This record gives sequence, C-alpha cells and structure tokens, in this order.
Amino acid sequence: MTRLDSWGLTPLLRELRFPLVAVVAAFLVAGLIVLILGDNPLDMYWLLVGTAFTWPDGIGYTLFYATPLVFTGLAVAVAFRCGLLNIGAEGQLYVAAFAAAWVGIELADLPGVFLLPICAAAAILSGAIWGGIPGVLKARFGSHEVINTIMLNFIAVALVSYFTQYHYKVPGDPILQTAPVGEGAHLARLGSIVPGLPERIPLNLAFVLAVVACGLVYVFLWKTKWGYEIRATGENPGAAEYGGISVRTQIVVAMAISGGLAGMVGINEVLGYRHRYYDGFSDNYGFTGIAVALLGRNHPAGVLVAALLFAVLQRGGVQVDAFTADVSKDIVQILQGLVVLFVAAEAMFRFRIRPAAERVA
Amino acid sequence: MSEIFTLALVFSTIRLATPLVWAAIGGLYSERSGVINVALEGLMLAGAFTAAAVTFYAGSWFIGLIAAVMAGALTAAVLAVACIRFGANEVVAGTAINILFLGLPAVLSGALFLSSGSTPQIPQENLIPAFADVSVLSVLALAVTLATWYVLYRTPFGLRLRAVGENPEAADAAGVRVQRIRYAGVIISGILAAVGGAYLSVGQSSLFTRNMAAGRGFIALAALIFGKWRPVPTMLACLLFGFADAVTIQMQGVAKLPSGEDVPVQFVQMIPYVVTIVVLAGFIGQSRAPGALGVPYVKER
Repeated sequence: MTRLDSWGLTPLLRELRFPLVAVVAAFLVAGLIVLILGDNPLDMYWLLVGTAFTWPDGIGYTLFYATPLVFTGLAVAVAFRCGLLNIGAEGQLYVAAFAAAWVGIELADLPGVFLLPICAAAAILSGAIWGGIPGVLKARFGSHEVINTIMLNFIAVALVSYFTQYHYKVPGDPILQTAPVGEGAHLARLGSIVPGLPERIPLNLAFVLAVVACGLVYVFLWKTKWGYEIRATGENPGAAEYGGISVRTQIVVAMAISGGLAGMVGINEVLGYRHRYYDGFSDNYGFTGIAVALLGRNHPAGVLVAALLFAVLQRGGVQVDAFTADVSKDIVQILQGLVVLFVAAEAMFRFRIRPAAERVA
Repeated sequence: MSEIFTLALVFSTIRLATPLVWAAIGGLYSERSGVINVALEGLMLAGAFTAAAVTFYAGSWFIGLIAAVMAGALTAAVLAVACIRFGANEVVAGTAINILFLGLPAVLSGALFLSSGSTPQIPQENLIPAFADVSVLSVLALAVTLATWYVLYRTPFGLRLRAVGENPEAADAAGVRVQRIRYAGVIISGILAAVGGAYLSVGQSSLFTRNMAAGRGFIALAALIFGKWRPVPTMLACLLFGFADAVTIQMQGVAKLPSGEDVPVQFVQMIPYVVTIVVLAGFIGQSRAPGALGVPYVKER
C-alpha cells in the first residue's frame, strides 16, 4: 500500500472500485440472461468487446461513438456537481444540432473560417439556452429540474421536427432531414489528418474537441472561482448561500453550461458527420450520458473512460447482431441499464469490500 | 371544425387516456409515499411485453394480464430495493429501469420469436374484450381512480402512505414502518403501470412492438403533477392529455390554417408538456409535491 500511496494512486483506486464492481456485476447478470437464452456469454462478450480494438475500423468507430457520450456525460456531470440532475441533455442536443444546421444553411455562402465557428457557437449557445430554461424555472419558481427537463425533451423533439418538416426539408425528400449545410461548415475528418485512418470513417475533429472539453471542464470546476461556487452550491446550498454565493445564479449558470456541453453533440453530428440535420438522430445519447457521468464519478477523466467503455459496447453491439444466433444488439441497452442501476445502488457492495483490518477496528 | 368534434372523438379520448390513467394512478401511490417514480415508462414496457408474450402462448388475455401484473410488481420491487434499501438516487435508478426495458423486451422477443423487437400477432378473440368500443380496462381505470381516492383518504393505509410521504420522521415516531409503506407504494405503482402497458399491447393493439409506450410513462408523470398528486384531478388530467392526442389524430389532413396549410401536429403534441411546465411554475394554481418526495429515509438508531 505504501508504494501506491507515494504515487497518489490509493485515492484513485478507492474511487474506482465501486464503479468497477458495478460494471462486473452488470456483465455477470447480462451474461446470465444470454446463457438462459441459449448463447455462450463468453463468445458474446468477445464479439462485444474484442472487435472494438481492431485498426482502423474498430478503434475509429469506437472513438466516433464515444464523442457524443463524452459531451453528454460532461453535461450531466457539471449539473450534478451543482446538485442538479439534467435529464434534458437529449432535448438540448436536438435543439443544438438543429441550430447548427439552420445557421449552416442560412449562411451557407460564408467562407469556412467564419461559418464553422458560427455554426459551432450556434450549437453551444442554443444548447445553453435550452438547458438554462429549467435552470431559470428552478431558480425563479422552485420547480423541479427533473420534471422540467423531461418535458423540455419532448418539446424540443416536436419543435425541431416541425421546423425540419415544414421549413427546412428539401421538397420531395422522403427522409425527414434538412437540406445540407454550406461546404464551409464541414469539420475535417480525422482520416484526412491521421495517416493510416481511412476517410470513410466518420471520426472527426469533434472527438479532439471532446477531449479538450474534458480538460476545460476539469480546470473550470476545480481551478476557478466560478467552478468552486458551483461545487459549493452542490455540496451544501445553505452553506454556500451563507458564504455569499448566490445559489439561484449558480443553478442557472450550471444548467446553461450543462446544456452548452450537451449542445456540442450537434458539432459532431451536423458539422462533423452528416452535414445536415437528420431527425431523430440521437441514439439516446442524453440518457446514456447519465450513465456515463455516474460511472465516471462526475469527474471529467472518469467521464472520458466511461464514454469509451460505452462506445466499445455500442460498436460491439453491431457485431453481436450479425454473428450470434439468439442475442440481438439490444443486449447493450440491458448492460447499460444494469450498469446504471448497480452504480446507483452501489451501497449493496459496500459491506463486502471493506478490508478485514477496518472491520476489526 | 364539426368534422373533428364527434362522438368518435369521445371514444378516441377514452382509448388514449386509459393507459395514462393506469400509469399515473400507479405513480401516485409511489410518489405519495415519497419515492419519485420516473420509471413508469419502463414499468409500462415491462407490462406490455409480458402481457403480449404470455397471451400469445397461453391464448388467454387474463393469464397475460396476471403475468404482466407480476412482471410490473417484480420490476418495481427491484426499483424499490435499489432506492429504499440501498439508497440509490431515485431518478437515476428509475432511468436505469427505463433503459433496461428498452433493451430487455427486444432481446427476449429476438430469442423467443426471432423478430427484431415485436411479438407475433395475437388473434382477436384472445384480446382484452371491449363493449361498444370501450375496453374493460377503461371502465376499470375509472374504478381504480375512485378506489384510490377511497384508499388514500378513508383507510389507515392511505393515511400512513400520505404521512410517510409528507413527514417520515413524524410517521416513524407515531409507529408507522416507513420503509415497508414505501415498498408497498412503489410495488403498487409497478402493478398499475404494468396494467396500463398490457392495455397497450393486448387491449388497444394485438401485439407488442419495440418501445411501445413511446413516452406515455412520462406523460402519465406529467398528468400526476398536473393533477397535483390527487386521484380524481390526475384522472381528469389524463383525459385532457388523451383528448389532445385524439384531436391530433383527427386533425391530420382535415383541419387547415387560414392560409390553407395543415395544422402542424407537433404543436398539439406539445400541449401536455407545456401545460406541465406552466403548472409546475405555479401559473395555474400551485402544485405542491408531497413534502418528503425524493428524500430517502434513514431510521435513526
């Protein structure tokens, strides 16, 4: 133990052990389900996890799938640090993706130097506004952010689908999607930068942005006054208020930042991948973000690792669909649900893991 | 407009409100006991899938309904243990149940019926019977609402349920077993929401399809808040939301704006959600949640 201590790893390991146990428990329970259905769980897990690490397709797609989950995971984590549960990342990212496409269509003729940053800003800003609404409602009227964000998810989906269908669809297009954005709004694929990575893989600069965002969120939350105020509010609103922090302001700020982070999914989806808004594109990114944040202990480094894990599962799910007889890729959703459930109820593992020495004391 | 407001609209409203009433009244038991229930969606899906799968094999909607009730109770029990015994965040655990039941029915139907998420068609004679277009479960939904009013305000269990949700410390001091009442509240919510789900698959429809609840669990939650956590107003809120839904369906291709365009259905779909936000903000009479809603109770030793 002393050797680990000198590296400062003990607190990290202590922090990680419950998420790890929860993930193992989820895999065991899902494996049992697979066994009952008549497939070999080990074979399935090999397909699920093993195929994610091949170069270039496995790694390229895994990182691509991880990108939106990093953004939504960070979004949920920032809100959580302020004591708020943002169930609304799903709605925020829809509004943001549409806003990015809208600006990219309306200003299509601008050169890339201007258009790309404006589109990205549109995504972040609109996400921040959509996330700020429940913040204001909570600060002003005391209404619970969980219910309001759930309601705003449905409103966002309906609103964006209305604008797509009635105003921005190419006439005659059977698919519910907007016209393409201007060329200038295209974010470079990593395939055009990294040697050996083919350009057909949709992994793009938004992934780099996601990693940078993890660093920025860390610096913001732990190295700045504003971050401190948000965390103080989350830890103990009463004490924070007494210490001269305006809890109401922090709630609005935290929800807006959270929404802005969720909105960055729009950068990956619209500017980096499809180059247009495609209705219903989100594969539950907002809700998976809750799982990612929870598993990552609401810490940016943890969020990055958890997003990668979930991306591995998502990538592997496609293989499971193709190569097993009885189990479909929906097993991934079962795994995700179980991980969230076990992480949330981690107290069930607590009494078994305590070292013997502590128990005697 | 007369083409829209017809007797058919009344029946359509009742049909669409029925699953909402079951789920919302279910949610009422959980939330009045102090446990937030955002898992209504997952519980409905559990009920819907189980009812369809068992009815298909057993050839009887009644056995299917019993199985759905058991599945709902079991799923709710998992939620209850996570939240009450192990102190899980109620919203997070509820979300976990919702994610789980997007995947589980799909995997099971893939294995059992070699389909990508739906059960086979169930013959008409094995479905839940309806009289003059009104399902048995619609009539029972009204009965359950009235029974809930009676239970909540006229029985010792109801008094305890409300006490535990408002002030668990005081209830505990008065000798009420807080945890036990909360388990009961959450499990009842699972049973009722599962019946609502069963109505979707073997009442209104004749099979289970992927993600069949389609957000109804959340609308039910909205109705519960709109109804201020009281049985009869909650049922009326469900009828209102069902009515909005029915109008949306009837309006498609019929109603025109003065400019000659179709009325966008999206705006009618939004009504329940906007109403809920407005109500929560206190613009239409304050909607006050049970005092201890979402607060875990740890008995002092």
